[in-house]
Amino acid sequence: MWKTIVRRFLIMIPQLFVLSLIIFIMAQFMPGDPFTGAITPETDPARIEELREKNGLNDPWYQQYGRWVGNAFQGEFGMSYTFKRDAGSLIGERAVNTFWLSLASVIILYVLAIPLGVLAGRYHNSLLDRAIILYSFVSYAIPTFILALLFLFFFGYTLGWFPTSGSVDIKYDPGTFGYIMNKIYHILLPATTYAILGTTTVIQYLRSEIIDAKGQDYVRTARSKGIPMRKVYSRHIFRNSLLPIAAFIGFTITGLLGGSIFIETIFGYPGMGQLFISSILSRDYSVITALVMLYGFLALLGSLLSDIIMSIVDPRIRIE
Amino acid sequence: MSIELTENKEIAVSSPPTGWQVIWREFKKDKVALFSLVGLVVVILGVFIWAWFIDQEALMKISLRDKYAAPGTEQYSGLGSYFLGADQGGRDIFGQLIVGARNSIAIAIAITLITGIFGIVVGLVCGYFGGWIDNMFMRIIDFFITIPSLMLIIVFVTIVPKYDVPAFIMIMSIFLWTGTARLVRSKALSESRRDYVNASKTLGTNDFIIIFKEIMPNLSSILIVEMTLNFAGNVGIETGLSYLGFGLPPSTPSLGTLVSYANNPLVLYEYWWCWLPAAVFILLMMLGINYVGQALRRAADAKQRLG
Repeated sequence: MWKTIVRRFLIMIPQLFVLSLIIFIMAQFMPGDPFTGAITPETDPARIEELREKNGLNDPWYQQYGRWVGNAFQGEFGMSYTFKRDAGSLIGERAVNTFWLSLASVIILYVLAIPLGVLAGRYHNSLLDRAIILYSFVSYAIPTFILALLFLFFFGYTLGWFPTSGSVDIKYDPGTFGYIMNKIYHILLPATTYAILGTTTVIQYLRSEIIDAKGQDYVRTARSKGIPMRKVYSRHIFRNSLLPIAAFIGFTITGLLGGSIFIETIFGYPGMGQLFISSILSRDYSVITALVMLYGFLALLGSLLSDIIMSIVDPRIRIE
Repeated sequence: MSIELTENKEIAVSSPPTGWQVIWREFKKDKVALFSLVGLVVVILGVFIWAWFIDQEALMKISLRDKYAAPGTEQYSGLGSYFLGADQGGRDIFGQLIVGARNSIAIAIAITLITGIFGIVVGLVCGYFGGWIDNMFMRIIDFFITIPSLMLIIVFVTIVPKYDVPAFIMIMSIFLWTGTARLVRSKALSESRRDYVNASKTLGTNDFIIIFKEIMPNLSSILIVEMTLNFAGNVGIETGLSYLGFGLPPSTPSLGTLVSYANNPLVLYEYWWCWLPAAVFILLMMLGINYVGQALRRAADAKQRLG
């Protein structure tokens, strides 16, 4: 077991290395350097040259790369020139918001998808099953930004049930109960949007698992012992079918990261995805490189997590 | 009832159904898919032909008196009425929708073809030869699958010095060929262990001919399904990026740029006719393509067929 995890971890290292190299090269093509923001047009050119020399920007590229990676490990990504502050702490602040949004999305996703998947599998070929299949088909086909906009238009503006932007209203003080409730209120609509988009895989997987399990010997054994079908479903089939679903959590995280760019931009939610788009628009390169690196790292971590859960759940796929 | 009987008889006496017959039977069984297919063909052809007749300069001409004209109102110049209203510059939404749809579809087709050809060739070669070529490409593909490609596409779009439509297609293609390659590789891997391939190898047939003339035709149904679903995905990604402002250059209208009018909360709520038609168009097109793709997928897999 540990062998698998360690080995899987080792595979991650070259991937991270290549990703960091690509981002480093990309950063070289971007205008600006680490102390944009620290200098103004009035700064003496000799002073800039001195700064460049002192910060090692005239060194060969591999030395610069080494230093960049070293700094990145310590969470130092340079200054954000639009926000005039350290990119690392800026991202950290936004990351907290994205984390809460992602957590809410995952919870809503599973709360929606598990009952639907179980019902579709249990009443296979019924009208209910067909309706659920149709739902999962539509949620699979619809692009993220279209659903988000339609929801914002319908629930946010037309019905006015939900706030249309931000993560919390200014009138609440941090730490109070009202503040937390208001935060949850803001998160609800974007999280539901994401959750609906993510339900397809879970529903379809769970449904086919349950349909498969119905014909298995252990189900027939349980039935012949006289256990009522209701209990067979809740105690035997459900448990067996649910385990592989756990492994999807890792992939869900990866998918969330990509979707966060659209969802956060449309709902005006101040998370990392929105920060990425606003940094791109204001050409804030130190923030961009830091964010791409962080997203890449998290995506790798997500697939690692999935593999680990999968190998715990299903011993057959452990790498030997 | 009697019609069905005669049909069955005909099938019984004829040779096994060809690929096209299987697909046709699948569509006949699934009315929604048939409707989607007909609808898509009509809409795509219609959009291309119609866009041909639209004068783009006249379309993009600003007429401030018609600002945010509601659907159905008369044009100020008296040349007709706005079927779907007008945008902030008084430009006809319906005309923009047609031109935007044409551009979005054409670009999605281009990306689908480029990534499809590259992915199929890489997949076939990896699956057939195995060994170090396979290993190398699989590592590359694994890497592409784990990186945040959407963000990298956006960064590339902003740092490419001479950014135009071909550049956009190339950037998208670089990141989107891996899924096809992976699928084709796994199919080619099992296909190249078959007896007919071994027999052909023993006869001394050229590897190139085995791959493209013998293995590829046997995978054609899977390839068609994959390309159809990729097309849907590419329409989604292109319009999404254009929506964010990192897709087509501003001079080339796309469905995504039309939807991006909704970035202004006032337009989103008050002047919904600016963005809603394009959003609904994208939604219906995605549903249609996916329905057709599902029907093709069932036709490709004998176990799932309805017909």
